This record gives sequence, structure tokens and C-alpha cells, in this order.
Amino acid sequence: MASFIRHLKRKKVLLLMLMPAFIHVLIFSYLPMAGSILAFKQFRYNLGIFKSPWVGFDNFRFFFISGDALHVTVNTLLYNLAFITVNNFLEISFAIILSEMSGRIFKKITQSVMFLPYFISWVIAGVIVYNFFNYEFGVFNGIMKTLGLPPVDVYNSANWWRVLLVFFSAWKNVGYGTIIYLSAIMGVDHEMFDAAEIDGANLYQRIRHIMLPCMVPTMMILLLLSVSNIFRGDFGLFYQLVGTNPLVYDATDIIDTYVFRSLMTSSDIGMAAAAGLYQSVMCFVTILIVNKIVKRIQSDYALF
Amino acid sequence: MRKRRKTTDVISFNIIGYIMLSIFSFVCILPFWMIIVGSITSESYITAHGYSIMPVEFSTESFKYIMNDATGILRAYGVTTLVTVTGTFFGVFINAMAAYVLQRKDFRFRNFFSFYFFFTTLFSGGLVPWYILCVKYLHFKDRIYALILPGLVSVWNMLIIKGFLGGIPDAVSESAHIDGANDFRIFIQIILPLAKPVIATISLFTALNYWNDWYNSMLFINNEKLFMLQFYLYKLIGSAQGLQIAADKAGVVIERPPIQSTKMAMTLIVIGPIIFLYPFVQKYFVKGITIGAIKG
Repeated sequence: MASFIRHLKRKKVLLLMLMPAFIHVLIFSYLPMAGSILAFKQFRYNLGIFKSPWVGFDNFRFFFISGDALHVTVNTLLYNLAFITVNNFLEISFAIILSEMSGRIFKKITQSVMFLPYFISWVIAGVIVYNFFNYEFGVFNGIMKTLGLPPVDVYNSANWWRVLLVFFSAWKNVGYGTIIYLSAIMGVDHEMFDAAEIDGANLYQRIRHIMLPCMVPTMMILLLLSVSNIFRGDFGLFYQLVGTNPLVYDATDIIDTYVFRSLMTSSDIGMAAAAGLYQSVMCFVTILIVNKIVKRIQSDYALF
Repeated sequence: MRKRRKTTDVISFNIIGYIMLSIFSFVCILPFWMIIVGSITSESYITAHGYSIMPVEFSTESFKYIMNDATGILRAYGVTTLVTVTGTFFGVFINAMAAYVLQRKDFRFRNFFSFYFFFTTLFSGGLVPWYILCVKYLHFKDRIYALILPGLVSVWNMLIIKGFLGGIPDAVSESAHIDGANDFRIFIQIILPLAKPVIATISLFTALNYWNDWYNSMLFINNEKLFMLQFYLYKLIGSAQGLQIAADKAGVVIERPPIQSTKMAMTLIVIGPIIFLYPFVQKYFVKGITIGAIKG
């Protein structure tokens, strides 16, 4: 301890430089961790977090017995699985195409266009959905009308949302992911590729047997990152596109929107905190498990 | 450049490539086109037939309508600019400073501090305690710093900068040390200029995050004078009354305000700067992702 202090004294400038970030994280990350004891309390605003009365596991019991826990967890999980699968498939395909296709200018333009939605907030994406699928004014129902078909009430249809949410997740994120995979491909030595070509492997064989294996490390890291966040939903996507519409909660409610709504609209803050803590713990456990598995298979890919 | 023989596999691959890229690019760009078309189509056409894909009845009534009372949107622009500039400047500075300390090999407890930061990416207390802390104890309601503070420190950015700084030889710091410079001066005068590429890209990503932020406004701001741009738009789309009120305030009596086209015009005004800057900054973002991907 004494040597610790002596060392810090000698390095006090460095320590001071670390302080702003240290204090910020202490306040905005570690204090809320301590505050998660709220999940075991009945929150009274005037009493604050620490003086509110304890209620044991009542908040959790309520959250699980109501059936909400299961249903938002399943939704979060399934949506994230869909996002991971669809987005990675598109990203890898586009990266391969962009790296091997001819047509320099065409590639440059399409890559820029694909990356553009990444710069747009979910609020704007919400406006776009409104423009297309609003019942009265949307383009979609306009087309239905000209085709002589009955209009569709997309906003209140659970099945439509299942498709649209996956679609818009890809719309916004695939451009970004493509660049990551593309940079992974660029980092690969192209000599192997040329050698295989001389040996008579056609383009598809070269992609299958050389390029894809070379992309595995990047895939593993991205997969690891997304799997470890599998219990954490993209709040903006769900909240801005769907909004708060009780009619489609079955299909569109994820843990994040559930916690947010419980916090904002219901007075049951303790239960909201319980749901949030449940999510954090699930995330944490998933990361530890995934990391352990990856470490056992190939330790290079492990996060820590 | 290698010479490509036009064998069947290459030709078929190119055809598939052109088709897939064309479709996806079209899907990515179409919504922006639709917003533009919606903003310049006459309100009477939209109310009768809905938004259209091709411009039909050209009209600038929506923009004229916004011009009647542009104080709201202008103020939102002001707030967003202020928040973005301050947040980006201090945020990047704080992150870079911490990153520098964490990669100094003579700082003995850097492993402890690294873990201290890294752990927050693994576990968090969740939204509720954080929100109550901010509102009840830090008094974030309707304060401008409520929009800046939460996004200031990003551990991911810190790790990316740290990774980049790790590539600078220690001898650089050491020789400056011998010359009598203290650690802060070394950081400012020697390390920061060397780290320009990573600082530039991290700044761009941070600025984009602040610019597109609506979440903090939604959580903490009730006073519409402090609305950030995205949240201002969100409020406007959500309630057509908002537009009506704006017109009443301006003292303009309009039989039927062009609500639907104005929503699109407002959206266009909000994304305008990003679309305009996009061609110029795009390549720096691409570079930034590449830096992050290698180190990440």
C-alpha cells in the first residue's frame, strides 16, 4: 500500500491526467452499479435509493410471474439472432463482392451509398417508416391502392414489424460492417489468391477456400462481440420505429423498451430496476461463458 | 494490377455482384429521395393520394410554412451545435489523456486502471439507477450539461486511442522527459500531434454521436428551448399539433397547414448538414473503422 502511494505521488501528473475519465466512470458507471440494489427495494422518490425500504426479491417475482420476463427475453434474443445472421451474411457477401468485382467507380459509389444510412439517426429512420407505411399517407398503401388491393395497417401488424425491424437493422448497419470485413480482406496477403488462380482454382473456389478462411478471425471477433450483447437490444431501432403501441408489444417489446417504459410510465421503478439488473447479469454471464468457450477453442480470439 | 481473364466464373461473379450491390444501394438511397419528394409535393396531393415516389405536384409551401417561424428549428440547431462542439472537444481530450496514461509502461498500476475502465463494458447497473442518479442527485432535468456529460467518456474510444498510442515508441516520451518536460506537456506537445489520425477519426465519431443524439433529450429535457435537433424533429413528427402551434405563434392564420409535406421538409432540414458533409468526411470514417477493426 505504501509503495502504491509513493509511486502515485511520483506519477502525480499522470494520475491527474487520468482523473477526469476516472471520476466520470466512477459517477456514471460504478455508482449506478451500486444503485442497482434498487432492484431489491420499493423505490420512494423522496427517500432516495438508499433509504427506500427493502422488499427482497418481490420486484423480480413480479417481473417473472407476470410473464413479461420470458416474453421480452425471447423477443430480445430472437431479434438479435436475426440481426446477427442477416447482417453478417450481407456484410460478408458485400465485402467479398467489393473486393473481387471489377468496376472501380461503381464500387466506390455503391460503397458510399451503402454507408450513408449509418450517419442517420433512428429518428430519421422513424420518419422514413412513417413515409412508407403510414396508413393514410404512406407510399406503400398508395401502391396497394393503385393495384386495387386493400390497404394494410402496417403499424398495428405484428408480423410486418418482425420483417421491418430486421430490414431496417440491415439498412442502417450493413454498410458499416461491410467496411470492417473489407478491411479484413485487404489485410490478407493476395499472393495465395494468385497462386490458387494459377493452379486453376476458379473464383468461387478461391473465395470459398482462401478468402473465407482468412476472414474467420474478424468474423469470430465480431460474432463474439455481438453474441455477448445478445440480451441487449437496440433501443433506438425499436423505440423510434415502432413507438409505444400496445397492440404489437407481443412482437416488438424487448428488454430495453420494457425497462424504459416501466421507468417512464409506471410508478413501479423497483420492478424496472429489477428488469434492468436481470438484463445486465444475463449479459455479463453470457460474455463470461462465450469468452471461456472461445478461449478453449482458440485463445487468440478471446476478448480477455 | 493483375490482368483478369474473362472466364465464366469471373463474368458470373461480376453479374451477381452488380445486381446485389445495385439492389442494396437502391434500397439505401430510396428513402432519402422519398423525403425530398415528400417535402416538395403539394399538401393537397399528399392528403388525397399519400406520399408519392415520383414528384407530382411541385410546391414549396412546406418550406415557406417553416420560414414563417423558424425560431424553433434554429434554436435546436444552436443547441445541437453547442453540445456537439463542447462534447466532442472535452470528450476526445479526456479519453485521449486517459488512454495515454494507460499505455505508459512506467505507470505501474496501469493494469488496475485498465481493468477499472474495461469492466464497465462488461457490466452495468442498468438504466434505472443511472437515470435516478442523474435526475435526483445530479439534477439533470432541463440542464444543458445533461446533454453533454453522459457521452463524454467512452471506454471503447479510449481503448482504440490506447491501441494507436501503443505504436509510438516509448523513446519519444523518455527523451522529452530527459529534456525536462512534464507528462502533461509531453502529451500535449508531442503525443497529440503524433496521434492526429486516430484523434481525428475518434472526434468525427464522437461528433456524429452527439449530433444524432435524441436519447438524452428524451430522458432529461422538457423545456423545448433546450431540445436537440433530432428530438425536436421527433416531437414534431409525433404531434401534428406542434406544427399548428408554431403557425399560431407566428400569427399566421392558415386554413390548412401543410402538415404532411412539412414533416418531410423538416426532416430534410435536419439531415441536410450530414448529407452535405458526407462526401467530404466519409473517407475519414472508413479509415477510422479500419483503425478500430485492427486494434479492436
